[in-house]
Amino acid sequence: MPDLRELYQEVILDHSKAPRNYRELATANHRAEGYNPLCGDHFTVYLDLEGDSIRDISFQGSGCAISKASASMMTQRVKGKTRAEAERVFDQFHKLVTGQSPANGNRAELGKLAVFSGVSEFPVRVKCATLAWHTLHAAMQGKQETVSTE
Amino acid sequence: MTTAAKRLPRESRPADVRDAGGDFDVQKLRRDFPILRQRVHGRTLVYLDNAATSQKPQVVIDAICRYYERDNANIHRGVHFLSEHATEEYEEARRTVQHFLNAADASEIIFVRGATEAINLVAQTCGRTNVHAGDEVLITAMEHHSNIVPWQILCGEKGARLRVAPMSDSGELLLEDFEKLLGPRTKIVALTHISNALGTINPVQRIIEVVRRWNIPVLVDGAQAVPHVKVDVQALDCDFYVFSGHKVYGPTGIGVLYGKSALLEAMPPYQGGGDMISSVTFEKTIYNKLPYKFEAGTPHVAGTIGLSAAIEYVNGLGMDNIAAYEHELLAYATEAVSAIPGVRVIGTAKEKAGVLSFLLDSIHPHDIGTILDQEGIAIRTGHHCAQPVMQRFGIAATARASFALYNTREEVDALVEGIQKVREVFA
Repeated sequence: MPDLRELYQEVILDHSKAPRNYRELATANHRAEGYNPLCGDHFTVYLDLEGDSIRDISFQGSGCAISKASASMMTQRVKGKTRAEAERVFDQFHKLVTGQSPANGNRAELGKLAVFSGVSEFPVRVKCATLAWHTLHAAMQGKQETVSTE
Repeated sequence: MTTAAKRLPRESRPADVRDAGGDFDVQKLRRDFPILRQRVHGRTLVYLDNAATSQKPQVVIDAICRYYERDNANIHRGVHFLSEHATEEYEEARRTVQHFLNAADASEIIFVRGATEAINLVAQTCGRTNVHAGDEVLITAMEHHSNIVPWQILCGEKGARLRVAPMSDSGELLLEDFEKLLGPRTKIVALTHISNALGTINPVQRIIEVVRRWNIPVLVDGAQAVPHVKVDVQALDCDFYVFSGHKVYGPTGIGVLYGKSALLEAMPPYQGGGDMISSVTFEKTIYNKLPYKFEAGTPHVAGTIGLSAAIEYVNGLGMDNIAAYEHELLAYATEAVSAIPGVRVIGTAKEKAGVLSFLLDSIHPHDIGTILDQEGIAIRTGHHCAQPVMQRFGIAATARASFALYNTREEVDALVEGIQKVREVFA
């Protein structure tokens, strides 16, 4: 039986209640919107890209604890990193929450994001955990249309 | 519920008295629903997502099995024994629905896939014929997407305008505003009998009386009403009434469009194909009479037989008994859930049925749903296919517990405990 405490870890609850980098970014030169039509989660990710590096990042929107905490911790994780690094972290994060990342596997890039490992026991919540990441990906690609989880 | 039981505090009542009201013995009838016996995540299943779909009694499951084991054949065309038998069962199911809705004639009952298809059918036939550029279609602010989008499509095609009658903060239709929106341009009115997101029971009979002055057709979406209240289409005097079988203990994929004969006769067909014709040449096709004009192709025969068994099941319990029991259960649930600190009930109309939508502090309904699921409690979270209702209340989603005739006070108590657990996790 999946454990709720594994899903709702303290650090996740903390970020969901007090999300970091939760604001509109005045210096943003890229932005994208992400939407989960099933549950109505809706986020905007703002990016200040300088060449290949993420100089600043923020987000705003509404969603469940998992999606909000994921967005919040994502902004902390990728700020100051290159686009390639951010994509690599997304890849590892995706593997983590979909259960394709064994506990002894390569999670080096994830850092604190490893707290989301409990999501893999709750398949319907994978979209919550990855919504902000898909949105970040779209923002880096410069896509204009809203990213949908469907 | 006996008078004696009412007076006693809940805990001190024996379990069999707690949920048995007169002949309505919920513990006994729960045994008719095999799915309720199972455990989910190690807990007894508490199924409170009945507004999405209801569970099926054994008699419905058996009727469908029996049809495929013994009676399966195509209808209305075979000369052989099985085909005749299947045809007879199919038409018997139509008569069962006719009596269930108290329609004047069996030919006014059209079998469709569900309420959604029924509304699309009316929009694309009656709507297309009667709505033109500059005309208006009137709906309400509490409609399910299925009673919005078909009319939007029609209005888009025709250059017509979709008007929306507003509701109050408690989720009640504002009748004066509704009346003001009616006018010479209004060509059709479509409204829900009971709101799926809020549980509001609309005073459809009064509303229809008002609409009658304009001599335009009224469609009533009864998807949420049919499982909870007795429906009499002649007393309502509605022109169309639609519902889905699966919400009233029948199978998915079968639903009903009731329409007044005169209107159905005047409407063009919805889909072309077999069974809806009298004769076909490459030059001209003569359409079949009612109801077959609207039933192109081989229908969901097994579905109609399952639906018929479901209707007989609720008839056996008595629609009035079901309504009275559920009314009491919803009142109990509303009181118990409202008493939890941080709970805000969305939809507080005076007349309600079946639905308890709520918010808990600033906790997202999705998180509430996941935690309750771990307790074996199934509820729906999200916008309930009624995004405009969420927008009206300035919220993204709600948690919704919705009740059926087999739900008990113990299950409501489990829900309350589950919500307390949510509060603990998010404390």
